[in-house]
Amino acid sequence: MSNLEQMRSGIEESYKGKLDRARIVVGLGTCGIAAGGNKVMEAIKGEVSTQGLDVDIDFTSCIGMCFAEPVVEISLPGASSVIYGGVFPESVSKLIAGHLIAKTPVTEMAQIQIPGDASPYEGIPVMDKSGYYAKQLRSVTSRLGRTNPESIEDYIATGGYAAIEKAISMDRLDIINEVKKSGLRGRGGGGFPTGTKWQFVHDAAGSKKYIVCNADEGDPGAFMDRSVLEGDPHAILEGMLIAGYAIGSDEGVIYCRAEYPLAIKRLNLAIEKAEEMGLMGENILGSGFNFTVRIKAGAGAFVCGEETALLNSIEGKRGMPRVRPPFPAHKGLWQKPTCLNNVETFANIPFIVRNGGDWYAAMGTEKSKGSKVFCLTGKINHTGLCEVPMGITMGEILNDIAGGVLGGKKFKAVQSGGPSGGCLPNDKLDLPIDYDSLIGAGAMMGSGGLVFMDEETCMVDVAKFFLNFTQLESCGKCTPCREGTKRLLEILERICVGAGVPEDIETLERLAKVIKSSALCALGQTAPNPVMTTLRYFRDEYEAHIVDKRCPAGVCPDLLTFCVVKDKCVGCGLCIKACPVNAISGEKKVAHVIDGKACIKCGACVPTCKFNAIIKA
Amino acid sequence: MAVCKCTGEHVDSPQDVELMELLGHYRDYDGGLIPVLQGAQEIYGYLPAEVLEKISQELSIPFSEVFGVVTFYAQFHLKPRGRNIIRVCLGTACHVLGGSKIFTALQDELGVENGGTTEDLRFTLESVACIGACGLAPCIMINDDTHGRLIPSDMKKILEQYE
Repeated sequence: MSNLEQMRSGIEESYKGKLDRARIVVGLGTCGIAAGGNKVMEAIKGEVSTQGLDVDIDFTSCIGMCFAEPVVEISLPGASSVIYGGVFPESVSKLIAGHLIAKTPVTEMAQIQIPGDASPYEGIPVMDKSGYYAKQLRSVTSRLGRTNPESIEDYIATGGYAAIEKAISMDRLDIINEVKKSGLRGRGGGGFPTGTKWQFVHDAAGSKKYIVCNADEGDPGAFMDRSVLEGDPHAILEGMLIAGYAIGSDEGVIYCRAEYPLAIKRLNLAIEKAEEMGLMGENILGSGFNFTVRIKAGAGAFVCGEETALLNSIEGKRGMPRVRPPFPAHKGLWQKPTCLNNVETFANIPFIVRNGGDWYAAMGTEKSKGSKVFCLTGKINHTGLCEVPMGITMGEILNDIAGGVLGGKKFKAVQSGGPSGGCLPNDKLDLPIDYDSLIGAGAMMGSGGLVFMDEETCMVDVAKFFLNFTQLESCGKCTPCREGTKRLLEILERICVGAGVPEDIETLERLAKVIKSSALCALGQTAPNPVMTTLRYFRDEYEAHIVDKRCPAGVCPDLLTFCVVKDKCVGCGLCIKACPVNAISGEKKVAHVIDGKACIKCGACVPTCKFNAIIKA
Repeated sequence: MAVCKCTGEHVDSPQDVELMELLGHYRDYDGGLIPVLQGAQEIYGYLPAEVLEKISQELSIPFSEVFGVVTFYAQFHLKPRGRNIIRVCLGTACHVLGGSKIFTALQDELGVENGGTTEDLRFTLESVACIGACGLAPCIMINDDTHGRLIPSDMKKILEQYE
């Protein structure tokens, strides 16, 4: 064990040295790369070598500010680090000339700064006090955007693998008790107490037990797990190691969806490095404890995020859920006791073991402890990843972190929990976010995707969208889900094209209840949630579609007509050019006319009009 | 030259040799069917019927079961695929920000429907539920590259990058 301690001081020393040099760090998570991070990296390398500058170039994962990608951090020795947003290859030379050579930060491109021990620059918000981060509590995500995820040295220098060192000197039940004390609940959505689950697996009979990490994040609108997998892969491995030690397992499997190639690459690299350093494999840190982890790439089935379907998939079968009981804690992978937790749950474990259960339990609310990572997407100013203490309100997330609704439009609803969750309206913005209050409101925590919608979103269309998703992803094993979701979808489709009948609302409600109470697994049981919550909070929109044959948000094309407001139209002809089917006609400088029969309601004309003369109703 | 374990026949094409190696690696591996299918699809680009038969024989798993697994997962394909795979995200965030317009633009540009492959096998177009880059919505993935914050008129230029 002393081995790691010796190594640690050396690593910490060189890490400090690394931070004490001029550095440029580019954010290269999937999101950063998608926004052009690699090209920015190339431009930086080119500029640095042309100018012959003495500066370290490194990369990191996603710091969470997706809205500002590509993100580049520049720091000078003994000075505050500045994080720049919206950096494109063209802006690289300006940043280098300003910040690195003239030693003056380029304030207009700076998003935030992290002063550390140095004094902050003027005119740049300090991270902890900036709009996006002020209400955040970065624990699980503390390394994201701060360390190189492919460097085990960075991980160890920032306290990594100290928890497994501590754990193997502890009694197994003490570790489990510490996790129980922390109040940590499963971060995959269900919210089952993690310590209790570990206790079940610990107590289950049998010598062979498995640890499985569910990294099959499939909810549309959710990418927390991807960010953590890409940004802090060792934390997940360490969490699994601790779980393995605590419950007496020597084998772990990470089931990661195939759509996350970068996450799989970084996990593989992390496993390789940990094995090289004796932190994984045989006789870990000389304790006699053996543990190996392998990665199983998913094959593209949403239902495999359900725990028993996931186990079947690892076994090489069709990913269909099993009937429970027996629960995986007793008969899981290959019918052996299996501890199955989500990525974020495992990533929390090292922090809990290092700092103690009480430290964790001090954060959050009475029944939902700690912090939760959320993904903010949809029609908001600041899309991205955030970590907040449980109990924060949805309104604080929307207004303080996400920066309000895009384009100053009116907020309409927030969808929490993906296809299994629900849409919450304006008057639920003061709802404190925890497992129980979200369920009370008809939504759920889910894995943590929050999709914000504005007044231009049609709630019937949203419900239809989710039902289309669950209906396609239903595995077909049980009838309520296979047939029920299909029927729900058919009714919603009918309503959206204006063929709905008044009884439809009642039928939707009855069917939703039946599916909820009789489907085999969580996918089916929660599939009606989007319909039930939109019916509960936005019933008037359903009624408008059914009775008035009108889509109040102006989304459902069959219920829309486009027309030109004569007084506003100056006859410029731009809309005529934009119309793909030549449905608009009119002389120059004379108000134009849209032929309702020829119009395909694509909406292409609306944004071309500079006078807002085309309206849809 | 590799020799097939069950029939003793010689297999020649480099792809077949690679498949035999893959099967050798997973023969005694619990739950090896899905990794084998993933590997075989890497080798051949899709999963031809003869390959599925070979996998069934070599792993001693009934053909019906192999076929059942192949058709269950969205990742497996029974027909040849394009050299470049375009995945258009129609997840919630992309949906709200106009993902379907991007999809229509691509359909028009390529002249294929959802799941279709262009005649020159250059592109296959697919819609997916979410690629996890919601912060950059609307977005698409071509092979392993993610392109985000798109507008329909970007499509032509992006497609030109792929041969």
